[in-house]
Amino acid sequence: MDPLERYRPIVDDYEAFREACRRPLPAAVRVNTIKADPGTVADAFDREGVGYERPDWTDLVFVLDTGTPGNTWPSFHGWVHGQEEVSAIPPMVLDPQPGERVWDAAAAPGSKATQIAAAMDDRGTLVANDNDLGRLSGLRFNAERLGVTNAVVTNRDARNFSMKPFPFDEFDRALVDAPCSCEGTIRKNPDALDDWSEGYISSIAGIQKGILRRAVQATREGGVVVYSTCTFAPEENEAVLDHVLTEEDCRVVDPDLPDGLDHAPGVTEWDGETFDPSVERAARIYPHRNDTGGFFVAKLEVGP
Amino acid sequence: MSENDAGETDQGSRENDPHRFERLPASEADREVEGRPTREAVLEWWADRFGIEPAVFEDHTFWEKGAGKVWAYAGEADDPTAVEALGMTFLRVRQEHWKPTTDAVQRFGRHATRNVIELDDAAARRFAAGEEQDLEWDGDWGYLIAAHEVAGRREPLGVGLYTYGSLQSMVPKGRQRDVSSP
Repeated sequence: MDPLERYRPIVDDYEAFREACRRPLPAAVRVNTIKADPGTVADAFDREGVGYERPDWTDLVFVLDTGTPGNTWPSFHGWVHGQEEVSAIPPMVLDPQPGERVWDAAAAPGSKATQIAAAMDDRGTLVANDNDLGRLSGLRFNAERLGVTNAVVTNRDARNFSMKPFPFDEFDRALVDAPCSCEGTIRKNPDALDDWSEGYISSIAGIQKGILRRAVQATREGGVVVYSTCTFAPEENEAVLDHVLTEEDCRVVDPDLPDGLDHAPGVTEWDGETFDPSVERAARIYPHRNDTGGFFVAKLEVGP
Repeated sequence: MSENDAGETDQGSRENDPHRFERLPASEADREVEGRPTREAVLEWWADRFGIEPAVFEDHTFWEKGAGKVWAYAGEADDPTAVEALGMTFLRVRQEHWKPTTDAVQRFGRHATRNVIELDDAAARRFAAGEEQDLEWDGDWGYLIAAHEVAGRREPLGVGLYTYGSLQSMVPKGRQRDVSSP
């Protein structure tokens, strides 16, 4: 069966969507502001003769002409990190500040965690957790390469995460970039859908709900929780938000996405189910609208 | 030895437990673990060897985990015994010549004022690839910061070991790159 066919009813200009999903994604890097600024990175690529394009909506991302972005000086120095354009969105929505306490609940391999650390100017406390021990070495490698010193790496099940190692009881902000069925990465990994099944979606949705609930519980009143996935399935997106809105004190707010980043609203109906109308404030980012990977992001504010 | 014994032993006689993070003592008088360097000594080492002022590290606490691996951490921690990483590994101690990590030198090495060997473009590429190369150098032997000019500024590449007219790149395998010529 064709997994993406199920999204025909909710995706605008479905044929263009399918066409975009077939096109490979060019290599993109994100500027690591702990070590360099976008202007210096542009200068270094110019001098090295590496061509690039820069998206309208952010000065942090360079889409490169080279297939081997790792073999450039900006990469060797940790000035940039190979990261898909849409993957830079959740930390921007989270908007962490220097000195805050921030949790990245599913942090490996660390692209978003290191972007969070950079937004914090490497000050404050970033707890970068992942339950997959095998993926922690990649997280640690990336954090050190990029010069991050404000991160604690933990290896816990995020669903019952303990605050014991820390001298505080609550986070100011939390990111749940959830493990998911990864449908939106099809342009990067052509085999992303090979093991797709509705059974997997329903089991991963249970885990997503558990992690997001814990993130809301562990964040102070007035704090921010961002939920994101790289998949189109409403079961893993709006349905997860709807569940957490019912179970925890929080609300969906406008994610304030940067200008120039086209997106569709969250869906309020799927497969005979109706969701809380506020899930419409979430953003669906489709490959054919900005020539990127597919993505979902929502911003929650904690409190009654 | 269990951690409960710590309070009952003489200062400086407890052994290092390589599996947990423990904070470096501020000075000799505070030392409880054998052979553990003090914060004071670490700051002095960076200042003596590379001219990096202690103020550069004023927001960082120093921790030991593993045999002689010192970590620099900028965040808050109460009881970090059960965490996987705390900031970055930045210095190897408990050996005759202390050795900074590539990541530490890339992060803090811009502040260095001495024992920095500046490489031309071709030498920098060989260094990034992990090679040893013959180079002239009038200064101290031992661990140096290798740097080159990129985008109009001097940027540290990593740690090199200079002996007998040759500079051995200490860039670890996973960080070595074949930086292509333009």
